[in-house]
Amino acid sequence: MAALDELERAYRQSRRDRDFKAELNAMLKDYAGRPTPLYFASQLTKHCGGARIYLKREDLTHTGAHKINNALGQGLLAKRLGKQRVVAETGAGQHGVATATVCAVLDMECVVYMGEEDVQRQSLNVFRMKLLGAEVRPVASGSRTLKDAINEAIRDWVTNVDTTHYLLGSALGPHPYPMMVRGFQSVIGKEARKQILKAAGRLPDYIVACVGGGSNSIGIFHPFLNDADVKLIGVEAGGLGIASGKHSARFSGGSIGVLHGTKSYVLQDEHGQIRETHSISAGLDYPGVGPEHSHLMETGRAQYVTATDNEALEGFKLLSEKEGIIPALESAHALYYAAKLASELSKSKIVLVNLSGRGDKDMGIVAKALGVKL
Amino acid sequence: MNRIDAFFDTARRSKHKALIAYLTVGYPTAGATLEIAKSLIDGGCDMIELGIPFSDPLADGATIQRASQHALESGITPRKCLEVAAELRKRVDIPLLFMGYYNPMLHYGLEKFCAASHKAGIDGFIVPDLPPDEGSEAEAVMKKRGMDLVYLVAPTSSSEERLKFIASRAQGFIYVVSLKGVTGARSAISNDLDEFITRVRSVTDKPLCVGFGISTAEQAQRVARLADGVIIGSRILDIIEKSKRPAADVKAFIQEVRTAIDSKR
Repeated sequence: MAALDELERAYRQSRRDRDFKAELNAMLKDYAGRPTPLYFASQLTKHCGGARIYLKREDLTHTGAHKINNALGQGLLAKRLGKQRVVAETGAGQHGVATATVCAVLDMECVVYMGEEDVQRQSLNVFRMKLLGAEVRPVASGSRTLKDAINEAIRDWVTNVDTTHYLLGSALGPHPYPMMVRGFQSVIGKEARKQILKAAGRLPDYIVACVGGGSNSIGIFHPFLNDADVKLIGVEAGGLGIASGKHSARFSGGSIGVLHGTKSYVLQDEHGQIRETHSISAGLDYPGVGPEHSHLMETGRAQYVTATDNEALEGFKLLSEKEGIIPALESAHALYYAAKLASELSKSKIVLVNLSGRGDKDMGIVAKALGVKL
Repeated sequence: MNRIDAFFDTARRSKHKALIAYLTVGYPTAGATLEIAKSLIDGGCDMIELGIPFSDPLADGATIQRASQHALESGITPRKCLEVAAELRKRVDIPLLFMGYYNPMLHYGLEKFCAASHKAGIDGFIVPDLPPDEGSEAEAVMKKRGMDLVYLVAPTSSSEERLKFIASRAQGFIYVVSLKGVTGARSAISNDLDEFITRVRSVTDKPLCVGFGISTAEQAQRVARLADGVIIGSRILDIIEKSKRPAADVKAFIQEVRTAIDSKR
């Protein structure tokens, strides 16, 4: 708790600190490649035959996903706290790669915990992290996926708290993490808001983003929360379908619980044990969801829907074929839903999709799912 | 006065140090838990913590994780833990605590679970992922039935202000975490422990019981000189895991610890 209090103080101070903000903004601009473009997907729009679809191109950031925004913010904060060692969890490996990258450039020691199952299905990212100088520790306990990696990262943190910062990658975990991660990811929505006003002369009618822990979605949603006419839609991983029980859709199949220091919607069994989840995309394969999403769901400000593995694959192929952009499987969930939504809307409407990451890391999984031997 | 308060009331007057043992319910079987609990008490244990297994035991090291996983796979549920507690209560009169994570209790229904625990003869709870900042509701529900919510203080929460806050909310006793880290037998006790206990002692006169990592009679003896009690968990599970006669071996170990902490040396 003392470390969390210390972190909250440091984060709040950093928000008011000109030097910190200048340092972070310079890194976001010159190192991570911000602002990322807002792209009008004309071919996809034409194909869907309805609302205009815009993509916020987080896939074009350094390391290929929105994760770098938060990793840079927390990395610089860790430096301020005098922590020389960073631990992180990772699912798909995107947050692990972003953290390893930031630790390399800021000269910090980096240990990434990753579920054994994820280590196997994301071997390319494991290799990337190692190249960047990080130590990757496979986690063999529990379901051997993201939640277990978080368990191990927290265990490491409480053991080495004097020297170590826990660079949590999503808008979950104990306070102040959900607030802080939202803060560092809000750059997505702030940029997108300006860009869409410039490009279309008005705000979008819908914003669609995938929701794992919920960092890319809260990042793009947050600056639009007070714009009541902008409908916010989070897309969870429907896996093999809600009825199959093999999914990661907390709002369709979960209930309120406490996991990793947060009260939120959680997938759990009748005895309150955390359930194993499934998704074709490791980054959405988590039984809990950031608490602010639960709040947005309960107040009705945001709506949460699901896309199955197969639907995500369709979204994946669709964007690749129509726009020449290969999306991350996580983002493909949002794309599938957005395309479907756009096709049902009139041409005067605007749908903004957060393209949270690129799909290079998913080639092996997609090839396998499509029955292609590489 | 509940059994925990009554115990410390007497223990302090007679300078008796508490020996508290942890067992994961259902490791290796529910029957074994009852049998081993009995032998722990015969061996000189003053209080038993019954661990409710959880899928994600954040504060626990590999031993308790493994035991929990085993118990869950063999079908142990909070309901089953209540049955085991009720059965144990028929046989013994020492204080019994539930040690478990918050989510299964919450999911059962806090009020319902506390009522059922009370009926089963439970005197208190240790909930490692429920800090006092978030514990008011649980505290109130437990207090209503005369049960304690035991809070933990760790060297990681070591500002004086924080220690005072936790101590002010503590019921029954204060669970002093001996180290920075998770549960699990360790070869040595941290050198900073003496100072940490002194600092906790300076803000409260509530009983202090020390746990996490204590695994030998020697370590227990050292800790007992500094505090009001010693808590041993993972080491007992380690013995159960390896032994062919767990009840007898656990009893022998606890007797050795009892003798060590009672010795006047």
